[in-house]
Amino acid sequence: MTKHLISSADLTRADVEAILDTAASMHDVQRREVKKLPTLRGRTIINFFFEDSTRTRSSFEIAGKWMSADTINLSAKGSSTSKGESLRDSVQTINAMAVDALVIRHNQSGACQQVAGWVNASVINAGDGTHEHPTQALLDAYTLRSRIGELDGKHVVIVGDLTHSRVFRSNVITLMTLGARVTVVAPPTLMPSGIGSWSATDGFATSWDFDEVLSGEDRPDAVMMLRVQRERMSGGYFPTPREYTVGYGLTRPRLATLLQRNPDVLVMHPGPMNRGLEISADAADAPSSVILDQVSSGLAVRMAVLYHLLAGEGSAA
Amino acid sequence: MSDLLITGAVVWNDREAGDPREPRPGEPADLLIQDGVVTQFGRVDAPAGVRRLDADGLSLLPGFVDLHTHLREPGREDAETIASGSAAAAAGGFTAVLAMANTSPVTDTAEAAELLYDRGRTVGLVDVIPVGAVTKGLGGEELAELGLMARSRARVRLFSDDGLCVQDARVMRRALEYLKPFDGVISQHAQDASLAGAGACCHEGEISGRLGLPGWPGVAESVIVARDVHLARHTDSRVHIAHVSSAESVEIIRWAKDRGIKVTAEVTPHHLALGTELVASYDPTFKVNPPLRPSEDQEALRNALADGTIDAVATDHAPHARHDKEHAFEAAAFGMLGLETAFSVVHHLMVTTGRMTMIDLTRRMSRNPARIAGLGGHGRGMGVGRPANLVLVDPQRVVTVDRAASNSLSRNNPWHGMSFKGAVHATILRGEVTAIDGKVQHP
Repeated sequence: MTKHLISSADLTRADVEAILDTAASMHDVQRREVKKLPTLRGRTIINFFFEDSTRTRSSFEIAGKWMSADTINLSAKGSSTSKGESLRDSVQTINAMAVDALVIRHNQSGACQQVAGWVNASVINAGDGTHEHPTQALLDAYTLRSRIGELDGKHVVIVGDLTHSRVFRSNVITLMTLGARVTVVAPPTLMPSGIGSWSATDGFATSWDFDEVLSGEDRPDAVMMLRVQRERMSGGYFPTPREYTVGYGLTRPRLATLLQRNPDVLVMHPGPMNRGLEISADAADAPSSVILDQVSSGLAVRMAVLYHLLAGEGSAA
Repeated sequence: MSDLLITGAVVWNDREAGDPREPRPGEPADLLIQDGVVTQFGRVDAPAGVRRLDADGLSLLPGFVDLHTHLREPGREDAETIASGSAAAAAGGFTAVLAMANTSPVTDTAEAAELLYDRGRTVGLVDVIPVGAVTKGLGGEELAELGLMARSRARVRLFSDDGLCVQDARVMRRALEYLKPFDGVISQHAQDASLAGAGACCHEGEISGRLGLPGWPGVAESVIVARDVHLARHTDSRVHIAHVSSAESVEIIRWAKDRGIKVTAEVTPHHLALGTELVASYDPTFKVNPPLRPSEDQEALRNALADGTIDAVATDHAPHARHDKEHAFEAAAFGMLGLETAFSVVHHLMVTTGRMTMIDLTRRMSRNPARIAGLGGHGRGMGVGRPANLVLVDPQRVVTVDRAASNSLSRNNPWHGMSFKGAVHATILRGEVTAIDGKVQHP
């Protein structure tokens, strides 16, 4: 296993499977009355968040605490050139306190990779700009696997603002690492630049037409809807929220089509949702929806990640 | 002023139409320099006591002229000063540098220009020629005192809002018109702000898509280049395109030159030699504006430099304090060092590969930039009476770049650890040796 978890590409298939297996036993711990494990006693984990986050930060915090690590939360505003402290100074100050892991969320792409070059601690990427969010991809894989088994040959469709999505970038890597087939869907303005050669190299499919993908020969096993940020809705990327929903929302008729073709299809969303925009209430609350499972998987998966990166040999739970 | 005899160097003198008053290019010659000008060439019997520079096996070129240097003084003397930047320039074979206006305060008055010019003279290692701002405070709206800067002791001829593009077509048009009486030229940093805004920091393509970095597409440059060559045609004035980075811009410049439009262009060593893939590590050392481009663009730039569509090599030497580069990639400062490595990179990439001759190199690094900037004393021949602004280079010596060895105060050196064939040996400014093997010779 790697020292750092910066990109989903840092993990081999064996690594991912080991983490998901560990997460399964951690999930059992979650159901115990006394949830504390001694595994990381004496270890210090700093959750250093340069960008606001509630669920990711609390999930890392609880994960660390249940494993008996000392976890401390720090927040900072990402600074800009010649004003305020440099990123290097910020993290080296923390590193000087002999911490074992730095869990970093930053509003700018690549920040975690840069930090990993400056500190001795393990660096765990909790989301960097529009780049990656590897633990989200792991918890999504965990959620899928616990519902539909091994992902080999399964077809996962990711829909939404791909350009600005770190969830998409990590998910496409982890899903393909596990042998799934991936199709990504977005209007051209929300497709990342170079997606044509990128998807050809990495072997996933792209489409501008959600309905064509839903009714295509390759029926979806899961559909992952991505959040559309408020600041993209003012007409720069698509004309109106209404038009977006018509083209790319998981509406009630689209859910019906999906279920008709595959009654076991899963509906996912990394949250927070814009109900009525990218996902209808019917879809979000349908029996097919595993959106809350994703949240509870987050804890187990982050415990597993901390375990594999920080604990030595020996059993987890 | 001491006299100097240079012996045995192969002279790469760009003599025009076989002028017999000039040394023959490509042949070894001695050159006697007295009171800052060439007084004899050929086989010279030196007068007693003259300082000799034994240059057997070396090549003698006209001193390099950099159209695009950031010296950071006044305002950011922690990153570079006129003294340290002049030292880096001398070490790199330059005898004149055009110092960009985006200092603090901005060079947008005659007084500011003269301050820079005078400080450069006091340091005395290289002619520091101020570039005047096109608009007040680089604000893009009101014209700066272009005429007063031109009339000043600094004789400003090159104007630029570099770092920022003159976005407003009407302002650009007025500036081009206004400059005509004193044969001024605008060096345009071509970047359409609506297509590549302040956050744009990576060539738009697969790499920016994968990295999740805001894209800076080539078209944001070429639409401004297209607009400005049309404005130059309309006003019959001179426009110069700074740091051309895209194949599309090259096509437009070629088209414009074919029609006799007064456009000139420069390319940096880093856009010739370094590709977008270097950004994949998120190392801000490789963050520069415009961004490093893919190999198709690099290839178009190399061809354009070789065939003369691009007139000049310019460094865009942009020193930055370490802490300004140690932010997340998007927040880190744009720019990289270039003065000390420019010759080695261009020689290695363009001359050792046979794409350009040594004479071509002297045109791109000396004669053409000197003409564009209106510098009469630089980029000239080596005949009797010519000012002795010269550089001795060793075309065989391989240099490995060590960022710690730089004369610059900054260390944002993208060439660190790379090796190039071709080294600057000595630089001569009006007969005085200013640098030998990277070490400054203080007058």
